[in-house]
Amino acid sequence: MASRQTFRQLRASLFWIFCGVALLIIIIPSIDIIVSILKAAIPVIKPDIFTKTTAQGGLQNAILGTVYLGVGVLLTAGTLGVLGGLYIAEFAPARLASVLRFFSEVLSGVPSIVIGYIGYVTLVAKGGLGWHYSLLGGVLALGALILPYIVKTTEVAFSGVPRTLREGATALGMSRVQTIRKVLLPPALPGIISGLIIALAISTGETAPLLFTAGFSDLNPSASLINSPVGYLTGVTYNDLQLPGGNYQALANAAAGVTIVIILLLIFGGRLVTARSRRLVARMDL
Amino acid sequence: MSTASELTTGDRILRAVSAVAGFLPGGIVGFFAVVMILTAIPAIAFSGLNFFTGTTFTLGNLYAVTTITHNGVTAPHGAAYGALTFIVGTFATSIFALVLAIPVSVGGVLMLTEWVPRRLQNTLAVFLELLAGIPSVVFGLWGIVVFGPIMAQHVYPALTSIGNVIPWFKGPVGAGEGLLTASLVLGIMVIPIIASTTRELLRGVPVLAKEGAIALGMTRYETTRVVTLPYIRTGILAASLLGWGRALGETIAVLIVSGNALNVLPHNIYSPTSTIASTIAALLDAALTDFTGSAVHALAYLGLLLLVISLLTNFAGRLVIKRVSTGALPVGRGI
Repeated sequence: MASRQTFRQLRASLFWIFCGVALLIIIIPSIDIIVSILKAAIPVIKPDIFTKTTAQGGLQNAILGTVYLGVGVLLTAGTLGVLGGLYIAEFAPARLASVLRFFSEVLSGVPSIVIGYIGYVTLVAKGGLGWHYSLLGGVLALGALILPYIVKTTEVAFSGVPRTLREGATALGMSRVQTIRKVLLPPALPGIISGLIIALAISTGETAPLLFTAGFSDLNPSASLINSPVGYLTGVTYNDLQLPGGNYQALANAAAGVTIVIILLLIFGGRLVTARSRRLVARMDL
Repeated sequence: MSTASELTTGDRILRAVSAVAGFLPGGIVGFFAVVMILTAIPAIAFSGLNFFTGTTFTLGNLYAVTTITHNGVTAPHGAAYGALTFIVGTFATSIFALVLAIPVSVGGVLMLTEWVPRRLQNTLAVFLELLAGIPSVVFGLWGIVVFGPIMAQHVYPALTSIGNVIPWFKGPVGAGEGLLTASLVLGIMVIPIIASTTRELLRGVPVLAKEGAIALGMTRYETTRVVTLPYIRTGILAASLLGWGRALGETIAVLIVSGNALNVLPHNIYSPTSTIASTIAALLDAALTDFTGSAVHALAYLGLLLLVISLLTNFAGRLVIKRVSTGALPVGRGI
């Protein structure tokens, strides 16, 4: 009996030791990535990298390009994604909704390099629209990548609003537009916004869809949507990593550091909004 | 919400506008499929099934005037499009990545939920979210500057002793760019997808069943093994399939740490390798200079293959989810 008891305990201990090691394998790399990249980046990040372009050893054009691309993605995929999510949650009949949801999920499974390739063939190349490397090409490729995510978070945000609120609105004789604007949108908004913020974080970190659509430029992005390539932070890391010489490596690290800081800020922002929305909805549920 | 109550004009307008947006993802998917198939057709005619068996992928002599023609498709002299090495590289790296990521994610999350106090749990869960948010180019940078060299110096040499039993583990171990490093980095990238889903799944395990097991005198480990794990098994399978889809299509990180081997099948697990995705990114620049245009089509063939493989894993994942249909639906792209 005693030996059986020991055997049980031994097996349990071995299992939990394995689980503990597994937890360390999850935690240590994530700390190490952030710490080692920031450690390499911080000495390089001086005020002048925000005022010089990559041609002069700064990051100004890349930061501006990343911001332009982000704004473009929010304007295109953000708007359309929120509308699409609204349709699936509030208007589409159940069967149609599940078909649309399915296609949105299929789109989210398309590899980013395939999106980049298609963007190149259809938007950039002479055989397609012939825009050359451009801001609009990059925005559309990133937008296609991020659209299903926004559709999904928006849909979840709307369908998370308690049923009692809708019934109340219907009982008051409100139209659908009124119901959506006055009753559903306020509690759904934090969920939608946090979805948009996280979507922005994802698109800030992408490289593959941009390489052959936005191209890359050492100059600040021009005002034109097409015919002019755009630099972006992840592109600096990717390009300069492959170039010999300490200056390039330093700039690659600096760009990676700035990218990580932007993304971490966005993720924390998104978390704050999500926490707020949970409290809000919890309070409304009767 | 499709009750056919009377809609006002404003309702109808909003419905119509949002319907266009609702159908957009489907439209984009259809458009992508058509573009990939049309662009790949010349390459399919040129290479046929040799594409799947050939190990030589070369764009040919892009500066020569001579061309070769096969099945009515012209390519530069010496061009050959055999993708076997990339197919092997794609499956090898992504499957090794899952072999690492699945047990680590499940074990780590079990540890987290069973033993770590709730307060600390939420803090540690933030790390999962951080890991999901790190860009793939940063994973690549870390992989080649920090992780690869450390592994090649301290860990891989120890692994070579397994080579006496499994020949694939035999050295030389190289400098830390290759199949194993790529797989490990991919594994770390896939962990957040599987781990966050596992966490959600664990929340859904019925408390009564667990309490019953404890009342029967089972230890925490036995409860986990007998009650918890069987309950979440299918959900983990679904998350793993989605994670696999992500690993198959990952481009930049793999391109940076894989050592980028052309036309060579890996001879051990440390060998340089290439995946379908990383090859498209690596060769598109050169392919654009092909005066016959056939190189771009060959890359479309690669892209089409990647698209089909990753959509299949994605479908499989969604099918499994449908069968379990718990609340824990993982979203396609990390985070």
